[in-house]
Amino acid sequence: MSGGLGSLAVAPSTPSASTPANTPTEAAAGRPSSWLRSAGRTAARRALPWLLPVFLLGAWQLSAALGWLSSRVLPAPWDVLAAAWTLAASGELWTHVKVSAGRALLGLAIGGGLGLLLGLLTGSVRFFETLLDSTIQMVRNIPALAMIPLVILWFGIDEAAKLFLISVAVFFPIYLNTYHGIRNVDPGLIEMGRTYGLSRWGLYTQVILPGALSSILVGLRFSLGLMWVILIVAETISAQAGIGYLTMNAREFLQTDIVLVGILLYAALGKLADVLARGLERGWLRWHPGYQKEVA
Amino acid sequence: MSEHIPNGGLRLALRSLSKRFGQREVLRNNHLVIEPGEFVAIVGRSGCGKSTLLRLVASLEKPSAGELLVDGQPVQQLRDDTRIMFQDARLLPWKRVLDNVALGLPPERRGDAQRVLQQVGLGDRLSDWPAKLSGGQRQRVSLARALVHQPRLLLLDEPLGALDALTRIEMHALIESLWQRHGFTALLVTHDVQEAVALADRVILIEDGAIALDERIALPRPRARGDAAFAAVEKRILDRVLQQPDRAPPSTDPPWPTPAAHALRWAV
Repeated sequence: MSGGLGSLAVAPSTPSASTPANTPTEAAAGRPSSWLRSAGRTAARRALPWLLPVFLLGAWQLSAALGWLSSRVLPAPWDVLAAAWTLAASGELWTHVKVSAGRALLGLAIGGGLGLLLGLLTGSVRFFETLLDSTIQMVRNIPALAMIPLVILWFGIDEAAKLFLISVAVFFPIYLNTYHGIRNVDPGLIEMGRTYGLSRWGLYTQVILPGALSSILVGLRFSLGLMWVILIVAETISAQAGIGYLTMNAREFLQTDIVLVGILLYAALGKLADVLARGLERGWLRWHPGYQKEVA
Repeated sequence: MSEHIPNGGLRLALRSLSKRFGQREVLRNNHLVIEPGEFVAIVGRSGCGKSTLLRLVASLEKPSAGELLVDGQPVQQLRDDTRIMFQDARLLPWKRVLDNVALGLPPERRGDAQRVLQQVGLGDRLSDWPAKLSGGQRQRVSLARALVHQPRLLLLDEPLGALDALTRIEMHALIESLWQRHGFTALLVTHDVQEAVALADRVILIEDGAIALDERIALPRPRARGDAAFAAVEKRILDRVLQQPDRAPPSTDPPWPTPAAHALRWAV
């Protein structure tokens, strides 16, 4: 570890170490030298956050190569990359990603759609709030994962069980945030809409829904996070295809490199979903001062 | 826009109009007739019931007793020829300026919205978000939104209360010129006596829920604030407003009573 600290301390000076190559021109004109130095400084600042990950990867690769780290514990990063490449080239990777993403999105569509619908209903119509909300708030306290034994009894270990678990998990964040979003629409705006002759439908589509949208999107981002967690658990229990199947299968044969590929795939998919949700926010909430800076 | 053929203002009459919220009587037995095209300002201390009167006229509240007549006909519900300019502009933040003004208009009349925005001096801000506008600009958009419907009665609920003094004077001139051009009846609620004297044909003072003063302002338009006659009228009315010592400590302005505001959430 002491070697690591040493390289940490040395590395930031590397960009400035490269500047002496330009000394002849620097000496001729004073300005370019200061420009170069500040450019070097920004480059160093940009590089600094990458330093630790690169160092860790290097240390990992090195210790695997020197045999300090058994490939049963962790395969070398290079092997993981190679495994990913082989899987991608054979097309196996994409079929599994497709199956997993399909499962996740179908679950999200079912659970999220229901959550949105019921949230809109209880948020807008008092009758449905009285009828449904307290029940939903009670059921909400049951963790989706706690239902696994029951779900296996009901649906076996097939697709239906996974879809059910994902749907249940994503339902609540979207339901709650839709309901609160609608309830928190400024009553002054609703009153204004009524006095300006908007029909009920117009009031709903032009005032209430846009007013609730930012809250609904927060619910969506929560749901996306939960969606991947539940998917991973459900696929790890049992699956005939998908990233979970890939990793569990690899585990049987001690192929730690493929297990790692699976873990990284989950991470990449989660990140992708979050980026997409952010994109939606940026597109739909363009009017919001909080999102305008990022656009401008 | 039918600015060449104004629809003309409507005639408004209150007959023994009263309003109570629970035990508290906010308006007591008020009689008032406003002629078509007249500009009437209602002044009074905070909590005197002037905003409630405006909300009754707008049919946002139902009177507890008495009735409200428009052109001789009793009013039951929100009228299409009545528009309100609220104290907070109440623009929809997710709609651009032009779409805010075109709210509730059929699509073929978007051109009208653009023209009215030019009249209020915002012809170059059509595609801005409301969040980018200043307070005065927001109120001008809100004025344009009200006028594009060619109202025969425009209700102004302290629309300039939150603006700085200079912007307010500019807005007075704008409102006056548009009123003269469109010919609607205007009812302005304000706590600013100078604003009332600058704009109104008649200034009405409400005290403890009843009309205490109804004074015609005969000053020629446009009215110069520095004018001696103007100052005299303003002083007389202000003295009258201040005459009555506040009996009850002023409650924290209840013009938007909470039960009604809550009920609005169930509008759909």
